[in-house]
Amino acid sequence: MKIRKNIAVSDTGFVFDPSTGESFTVNEVGQEIIKMMQEGLSFDQISEQITKEYDIDAAGFEKYYQDFIEMLNQFKLLEYER
Amino acid sequence: MEKKPFEPPLIKKLNAGMPAKFGLTPRIGVISEIEGLRVKDLLDEYGSPLYVLSERTIRSTYKQAWQAFSTRYPKVQFAWSYKTNYLGAVCNVFHQEGAWAEVVSGYEYHKALKNGVPPQYILFNGPSKTYEDLKEATEKGSFIHLDHFDELYMLMEVAEETGKKPKAAIRVNMDTGIYPRWDRFGFNYDNGEAWEAINRIMLSGKIELAGLHAHIGTYILTADAYRVAAGKLADLAVNTERKYGHVIRYIDLGGGFASKNTLKGAYVPGTDSAPSFDDYAEAITAALVNSAIKPEHLPLLILETGRALIDDAGYLLGTVIANKRLADGRRAMIADVGVNLLFTSFWYDHQIYPAQPVSQHTEDTTIYGPLCMNIDVLRAAVDYPLLKKGDRFVIKRVGAYNMTQWMQFIEYRPNVVMIDPQGKAHIVRKKENLDYLTAPEEVPDHLKNPGF
Repeated sequence: MKIRKNIAVSDTGFVFDPSTGESFTVNEVGQEIIKMMQEGLSFDQISEQITKEYDIDAAGFEKYYQDFIEMLNQFKLLEYER
Repeated sequence: MEKKPFEPPLIKKLNAGMPAKFGLTPRIGVISEIEGLRVKDLLDEYGSPLYVLSERTIRSTYKQAWQAFSTRYPKVQFAWSYKTNYLGAVCNVFHQEGAWAEVVSGYEYHKALKNGVPPQYILFNGPSKTYEDLKEATEKGSFIHLDHFDELYMLMEVAEETGKKPKAAIRVNMDTGIYPRWDRFGFNYDNGEAWEAINRIMLSGKIELAGLHAHIGTYILTADAYRVAAGKLADLAVNTERKYGHVIRYIDLGGGFASKNTLKGAYVPGTDSAPSFDDYAEAITAALVNSAIKPEHLPLLILETGRALIDDAGYLLGTVIANKRLADGRRAMIADVGVNLLFTSFWYDHQIYPAQPVSQHTEDTTIYGPLCMNIDVLRAAVDYPLLKKGDRFVIKRVGAYNMTQWMQFIEYRPNVVMIDPQGKAHIVRKKENLDYLTAPEEVPDHLKNPGF
């Protein structure tokens, strides 16, 4: 599971899907997660970095992470390896 | 290194549609402290949820209202509407400021006496006074506001039994040009019933007709309705003096002034639409001064406004219990404050302010309370910042009706604290517990054992 290759993400939290023309905004934490996903980091690695940087524990983060992934999925921004 | 505050990750689709008629959604501010005390500290010390009252705001709001009326009319008296908030501490702030008590039941009458209000400064309203209520109020010399003919005749019986002449006013309802038209309280002006009631009182000789009272409605957004009401009461006073040579001592315009809360379905926020005390005062006092009442007989003007005097002084503090997704993907936030504590959420769109800094990112959210009941919705759809589990929030303008109409349902009712003008918090009503709630219960002997 990763962010689709053609999805463009700006440094200011603007996401563009060229295949549909749809645009999105992401907040700071969302932007960091997308960036790490694009770099190929696993959930555990992402969790480690986020919990180090932000005031949240791993269990708390996992729930919000899953919710965020579900949102990305609903907006069809993810692709799955076969 | 200190960690950054965490905000749940969010991605939101941008819709390039038509802009809303009223422009952008206003950003929700943050309330992190009340009267200099941090919301976090208050919740840590007194528990969540928590009602907070500001004594300073009560006093300053009262002074504004007093100034608006007393600068326009020579004889003004406020009477604190007990049903709006009858916590002893709240009542006594108003009494210290000079307000009488306005009560609508035997319970409220006794509460006012217990608070130390002299009986001659209590106005007894309400449609359900018992014979004993009327007798006690007559013997103690309180003002009784008559609601219907059955009560009028009951009061005549009381007068005969006690040998005293009760001091009474009649409650008058009327068309003031607004909708809905309240006609359930008192005697109707427009069809002549009010004048008939006055005649019956005056001809009986058993009751002193001290005043005339009207309570035209609630959350009245048109000050002009009060001008009409005051004018009609003045006409009754003039006719009474002309026919019987009897001078009406007071005219009581009741309550109903709007607070700055926003009614559900309103196009503009209450902060923009609610008339000011000056607007109401101008309408009422102009009608009285310009009436045919003789200047030397101008009656005392009594006001029983409740909501507009206390709403701004009340805050409800709470904590986010959880976030979840509804079936259609929308976000739902569960708070530890529900309709059990916030009865007014049935008719207001309450603004719920985060108590800690939030980013500009928001998401369409439904805010639920903690009850296991489908009706427990604080906001059905609101563009709301991303609060996470454990975050605190503050609901503003909840001083009116909530601390009287709250329900002990499923949850205990929480602590209520009042912050004094020096910034010190005092508990004015303790959080309930199991012993308090079960104290009035009695279990028959054969049911004392649950049978396990």
